[in-house]
Amino acid sequence: MKLDTLTQSIGEWLRGTGPESDIVMSSRVRLARNLPHYPFVSRASEQDRADIERFLRERIAAAPVGRALEYIDVGRLEEVDRQLLVERQLISREHADAQGARSVAIDQAEQVSLMINEEDHLRIQCMHSGLDLRGVWEQIRAVDEQVEQLVPYAFHPRFGYLTACPTNVGTGIRVSVMLHLPALVITRQIDKVFRSLHKISLAVRGLYGEGSQAMGDFYQISNQTTLGKSEEELVEQVGDVVPVLIDYERRAREFLVRETEQNVHDQVSRAYGILRTAQTISAEETMQLLSRVRMGVLLGLIGDVKIADINSLLVRTQPAHLQKIRGVELDTKDRNIERARYLRQHFESGNATGGASVN
Amino acid sequence: MKCQKCDKQAVFHITELEAGSVRELHLCEDHARAYLNQAEAASGPPDTAEAGAGGAPGTLGVGQTADELAVLDQKACPMCGITFFEFRNQGRLGCPHDYLFFAKELEPLIANVHGATEHTGRRPAWARAAGGEGGAVAAGGVETGGAERGTEELTSVIGLRREMREAIGMEDYEKARENRDAIRAIEERRIPPVRPE
Repeated sequence: MKLDTLTQSIGEWLRGTGPESDIVMSSRVRLARNLPHYPFVSRASEQDRADIERFLRERIAAAPVGRALEYIDVGRLEEVDRQLLVERQLISREHADAQGARSVAIDQAEQVSLMINEEDHLRIQCMHSGLDLRGVWEQIRAVDEQVEQLVPYAFHPRFGYLTACPTNVGTGIRVSVMLHLPALVITRQIDKVFRSLHKISLAVRGLYGEGSQAMGDFYQISNQTTLGKSEEELVEQVGDVVPVLIDYERRAREFLVRETEQNVHDQVSRAYGILRTAQTISAEETMQLLSRVRMGVLLGLIGDVKIADINSLLVRTQPAHLQKIRGVELDTKDRNIERARYLRQHFESGNATGGASVN
Repeated sequence: MKCQKCDKQAVFHITELEAGSVRELHLCEDHARAYLNQAEAASGPPDTAEAGAGGAPGTLGVGQTADELAVLDQKACPMCGITFFEFRNQGRLGCPHDYLFFAKELEPLIANVHGATEHTGRRPAWARAAGGEGGAVAAGGVETGGAERGTEELTSVIGLRREMREAIGMEDYEKARENRDAIRAIEERRIPPVRPE
């Protein structure tokens, strides 16, 4: 896998297909696993980390799934390339920013990624576009079973899979769905929804996981606990709440159109207008405006843009993607100018029908 | 801003007014809770505070006297060497053996986080196969023994490796060689070969 070619596709989480993909961007499961014969990563020496990395890399490569994976030595990547993998959700920000020997193995479809030496020795992740938690779980279980044939996982009969942080112990599973909830944000119902999710021990996070801010009305819902329930039960716990949230968001969207159509139409049109004409624009503002336009398209208020285009812009306007596409390193100020230019070009070439006509 | 007692983000900012002097505290959620609980206990009648010792499960250190806590903090895992104090600071354990070595201290914490202390999900094949005492032979011809023994014997390698490095540092090459051989023997017995015959 040439990292430079990654920018030509948009990756799994923004493919914009799959069930309920008007609201559910992606479904994801990750498993935390550790070797019993090395200290956890935060306490491992440089030599240990190198040995862990080699041990796992060789064994994953020997598993059937390993033959279809591409290995990337994250420790040797330039910062912009590490950032690129973060933007595509193939590695975590922590993994990108960490020190020492670490790597990631990724499949061609960008659905499966195995991070070596993140917080745990091994973190297996599987992601599908749209709502498909069952499918994701089946796929990741198969990967885990194959790796387990060759790797002795640290396991305790009572505590389950042993992890660096006791908050992940047991199943080591994190089940999450990424939702686009602009109407719940606009109608100010989002906090109420989140409070009720916390009560049933589900966590709400921003776009890039723990500690990240919710940008562009994208939210990740995931399980909070990992011990005492089976993996299937935890997959269900998250899966059960998704149809409810989809229903809330749809109703909020209907409400917006029914009660405040002019306002909503105005908001999304203005967002669209800024994206097509701005001369300098930050990644955050871009994300926020694209989110509004995305909703406008889904509500039929903007006719000449495709959802796939919006999804593609969501990732391609992010800092590392933008720099890879332009082929130069840019500081924040230049990135904002370049981002605005990229957006203008995109909308001009993609929409010759004259969406930008002057009234 | 970081918590004054660990590396986490400080989310509670407490200003204490004591006999005319002002003291500012910046704490993470866990330490703020511990601090506020302590303050509450201290303000109550002395015997109630005393009775609280050993109670308050889940909140690390709360209800324990400073002396008890100091002793506990010094307790170090024989394999990876992490002390309980270091774990409390970082929130990350040092090695898989810590779950056994600090089991007593971790259990209330685990119960508090997960609302449970027993894993009911999937198990590695070797742990399923080796339910009995006699042990079983897994696919790759590897001896497994009890599930616990599988992980535990491999975990002992962490301690052996640490000792080996120390021995090399002290130029005690015989001891280093012994440890190296012991590590190899355990790894050969417990780790499946990359290419099963």
